[in-house]
Amino acid sequence: METLLSLTVGMLVAAAIYLMLQRDLLRFLFGLTLISNAANLLIFTSGQLTSGRPPLVPEGAKAPLPGVANALPQALVLTAVVIGFGLFAFSLVLTLRAYTDLGTLKTDDMRVAEPREEEQDA
Amino acid sequence: MIWILVFPLMIPFVTAVLSFLYRDRELGRWIAVSGSALAVLAALALMKQVLSVDVVAGQMGEWAAPFGITLVADRLSAIMVLLTAISGLAVTLYATAEIDQTLENLGFHAILQILLGGVTGAFLTGDLFNLYVWFEVMLISSFGLLILGGERRQIDGAVKYVTLNLVSTVLFLSGIGLLYGVTGTLNMADLRGAVAASDRQGVLTVISVFFLIAFCMKAAAFPLFSWLPASYHTPTFAVSAIFAGLLTKVGVYSLLRLFTLIFDNEDSFAQDILIWVAVLTMVTGVLGALAQTEVRRILSYQIISSIGFLLLGLAIGTPLALAGAIFYLMHNIIVKVLLFLVAGVMERLSGGSDLRFTGGLYKSAPLLAVLFLIPAFSLAGFPPLSGFWAKVLLVKATLDVQAWVVAGVALAVGLLTIYSMTTIWAEAFWKAHPDGREPVVDDLGPDKVGMLTPIVALCGLSLILGFFPQPFITLAEAAAAQLLDPSAYLAAVLGETAP
Repeated sequence: METLLSLTVGMLVAAAIYLMLQRDLLRFLFGLTLISNAANLLIFTSGQLTSGRPPLVPEGAKAPLPGVANALPQALVLTAVVIGFGLFAFSLVLTLRAYTDLGTLKTDDMRVAEPREEEQDA
Repeated sequence: MIWILVFPLMIPFVTAVLSFLYRDRELGRWIAVSGSALAVLAALALMKQVLSVDVVAGQMGEWAAPFGITLVADRLSAIMVLLTAISGLAVTLYATAEIDQTLENLGFHAILQILLGGVTGAFLTGDLFNLYVWFEVMLISSFGLLILGGERRQIDGAVKYVTLNLVSTVLFLSGIGLLYGVTGTLNMADLRGAVAASDRQGVLTVISVFFLIAFCMKAAAFPLFSWLPASYHTPTFAVSAIFAGLLTKVGVYSLLRLFTLIFDNEDSFAQDILIWVAVLTMVTGVLGALAQTEVRRILSYQIISSIGFLLLGLAIGTPLALAGAIFYLMHNIIVKVLLFLVAGVMERLSGGSDLRFTGGLYKSAPLLAVLFLIPAFSLAGFPPLSGFWAKVLLVKATLDVQAWVVAGVALAVGLLTIYSMTTIWAEAFWKAHPDGREPVVDDLGPDKVGMLTPIVALCGLSLILGFFPQPFITLAEAAAAQLLDPSAYLAAVLGETAP
């Protein structure tokens, strides 16, 4: 199972980097989403997987039995997913604003804040 | 005991809520100012406590380390928290005069306070994942401040700032995941032991590079700095100033913390890279500054150049070098905030921030000229201003390890910094205004007090650092000693379990 997830992470990262190398903001953004999900899966996988043994404390006991699944990576992933969602929502709106205000999604043409020399003098 | 750690964190968030509730009234603005003043007091109290007991640590929710989230302040953290609070107060006060009601209605002061809270949290946390969360708090509020107002060039700058910062966030998060996989802990004090005891040093070196790249990107080190000069000149001057003072420094702080506490190998792979990263960062920064004609873009490249000096201190890693880096941090945060605030006044008076279309400020506004000269020559490293002592310590440390080339480059960069600062001086202050205008400070009208008070106060601080450097250098040396020998830190966080 770990091997399969590791391969998935690798493929996600590869696809994400391919998308992020494009000169188009929207594709870059999709790449970013993919790579942040790959990071989440990475945390999940590196926390080691235990199937069928939920980390529940039996009645009367003070601690879960040894050998149960580690709940911490899931808590970390949950936090990261929530944060990632917020950031993605923001970036999506920003992209929309960039498209309406700057009239393009081509990153090469986004030179309003850093005009080229000849535009600066004009 | 624990409250002293929680106050510097809680005050900005409470202030944020209150000033947001009253954002459409004058009251909201003054809530923000008084909240920032309280934060300075809380930071001073923390500093006092840290000076008397060395390290203050507290476990949130009484969950003992390494299971709970630890807040911990050693000398470096306390210094950084205090500098954050001081810059926060200066910028909030400046913003009351600079920002118009439209931006305040959008919650400018609330977002600024959340940013300050996030930065403070990053300095105080003792848990790696919690550091990530504070980075996100800081990041999302900086996004908000950057685009507030929604001008075209702000959107353009924000696209680059947001996308590249998110990439570094992903790297940081992946590093955390992998490190947890190898060591099974995220508490920074606990990680030190776990990393040293691990038999998978090769993997750990790779993981340390994840953190190195992520934080170098946040710190705007070569070659990952392009987001900074693309965006820092687009928002209001108050926002530029707080970004310039604090955000990149959080990256530097994290590097200092991680590469002294956790990845602390003698023959560290990171240190060999860092020294060249540092050299290239200071050189590209200063060369970039020379190519620009817009004041804030010049200053943005100067930020990058000073990040190089800070990284140099970490890369050399001797007690003197670290002390130099910490003293440089104190000097640089104050001076950078100051320069951007002065740039704001310059723009307001002369009607533009491009050097080619300004001038004549020396003749008509001599007070402003003095207020610019102090931070500018301090940054350039003129004795006896604060930047001089910082550079003396760093260059001395470089010579001590016989890195002659590096020391030579550092001195040459200092020379070029002087050149770049005198360019601003010659163009904006010395030459006559191209339109024949003679702007005077009184042109600021009712905003005069609000804009000039923080500038004068920070100039005073910078001068104190320069004329009476010894107590601050002693403090920096003590902070560096704590970084190099974290036994007090480990004992405070882990209690009896410390080795």
